[in-house]
Amino acid sequence: MTKNKLAELMARSLKVREHIIRMTAGGGCFIGASLSCVELMVYLYSELLNIDADDLQNPARDYLFLSKGHDVPALYGTLAELGFIETSRLQQHLLAADSVYWHPNRNIPGVEFHSGSLGHLPAVAAGVALDCKLKDQPNQVMVITGDGELNEGSVWESLLVANAYQLNNLTIIVDRNQFQANIRTEELIPLEPLADKFAAFGCAVRSIDGHDLSQLEATFKTLPFSDNKVNVIIANTVRGKGLPSIEARVDRWFCAFNDNEILQLLEELHGNKEAIIESESLTVR
Amino acid sequence: MNYEELLVQTASADERFVVMTAENRALVRSAPKLLGKRFIDTGITEQTMIGMAAGLALRGRIPVVHALAPFLTMRAYEFIRTDVGIAHLPVKLSGYIPGFLSDGNGPTHQAIEDVAIMRGIPGMEVFCPADEDDLVRMLPAIWQSDAPSYVRINHKQGRYKHADFEKGKAEIISEGSDVTLLTYGFLFNNTMEAKQLLEKEGLSVGLVNMRSLKPVDEASIIRCATNSKLLVTIEDHLQTGGLYSIVAETLVNQPHKAAIFPMALKERWFKPGLLNEVLAFEGFTPNAIAATILKQL
Repeated sequence: MTKNKLAELMARSLKVREHIIRMTAGGGCFIGASLSCVELMVYLYSELLNIDADDLQNPARDYLFLSKGHDVPALYGTLAELGFIETSRLQQHLLAADSVYWHPNRNIPGVEFHSGSLGHLPAVAAGVALDCKLKDQPNQVMVITGDGELNEGSVWESLLVANAYQLNNLTIIVDRNQFQANIRTEELIPLEPLADKFAAFGCAVRSIDGHDLSQLEATFKTLPFSDNKVNVIIANTVRGKGLPSIEARVDRWFCAFNDNEILQLLEELHGNKEAIIESESLTVR
Repeated sequence: MNYEELLVQTASADERFVVMTAENRALVRSAPKLLGKRFIDTGITEQTMIGMAAGLALRGRIPVVHALAPFLTMRAYEFIRTDVGIAHLPVKLSGYIPGFLSDGNGPTHQAIEDVAIMRGIPGMEVFCPADEDDLVRMLPAIWQSDAPSYVRINHKQGRYKHADFEKGKAEIISEGSDVTLLTYGFLFNNTMEAKQLLEKEGLSVGLVNMRSLKPVDEASIIRCATNSKLLVTIEDHLQTGGLYSIVAETLVNQPHKAAIFPMALKERWFKPGLLNEVLAFEGFTPNAIAATILKQL
């Protein structure tokens, strides 16, 4: 990746994080899981996916499905920065007049499918990938899952079937931020050795730093990893990435902040003084 | 023409159709050979099959999806509700061996709440054919529609030549002033024989094939409740949520003089056995149906 390109994507990632922080106002959002997948969203939509904002129903487009769903502020921020939606729509967050709420839905241009119930979109994406194969089209189909989401048996069931149908146009990206809602994944239902589990299910697996844009490019550019296996990219990330005051903290999952805290967090994001958070922020949704 | 011939013919003529199964091939034996890659067997994975069907429908396909009715409607329920229902995708669910047709399998295999839970999904349509003739008459309209649907597959041979199918319309076999029998699915045949037994007793008996349960023919239900002294709902389904509930929901705000009596499974699974054993034990032979109704008159 060139220096200029890297700088451009880093600047865009910063903008997306600003959007996410602002979406914690007026009711809050799932900030931690959104901040962990910003570089993924920015890289995929800016550099990799063949998706035209002016031709969103083109059957030759690539597909990205958000299976964990509650990371949707990262998607909305990315779609706003890339012109899929008006940035002003983000201020409609949680208003009934718009459809910008806590989980993705197809009323937002660029959202391929709704989610929120975990463990659904690997199967839906496998259906899309299978149709692309049946029609001999070269589309890539990607799914971002959470790591906590991997508790759901339906994820693994879908992988069995997708590998039986040799869907090497399907890529599962795990946002491996080490947390599920209330606890570290390894303290509840341990996932490790995770790469081995995916490999045992027949997938071709890569494990990378999910915040390193150069690594993202180096990895995604080599897709498909084989001619007959589902691709899995374990993106090792940090929940709450970019805000030291909330990074990797179990009590910073769903957060609703007041205006003063948001201003402080925006300062913190840009490397200034660490924010002092006083709001009650552990909210179980 | 039978179910399988109609399915393969429809799919052969229209590339949008894909035939899916969770390794239940009883109804689709010829599909792999005739449809090639548009026959998709996902193995014993009802949830994945429904999720993939939603994905295929997103791409413009019309998936006709097969599994045993209890596993299709219950193992995969949330996938049907969330992936097919919320998106209102044209996924066509074919549930095999519903109701009493699971005969000797036992309660694990008894789909006797399927009508209740499927009609609870906004936009989902529900159809219950009386026999193979009824089934084959209704499927073209169901498969060509934009709506998701659930069909209680019943390909038993009947003795009645049915009228053409219209979605949302019941098939009025006869009208009667003493009693009207409302039924659907496999029990239609025995109910028709029960009607003849009741007529021998000098009664005026109506019979309605409620083949389209959602949308349902409310006007016909209301008319029967106006013209008959007694309505009897006859179904191989739990008493809660099926036809008895539909009739109650329809009539609760309507002036009517008819009493309503349910013949259904009340808070219990049925006794497993060969089909004739089940019908005798549960009181759904023609004689048993007629005797139960006579006691109500």
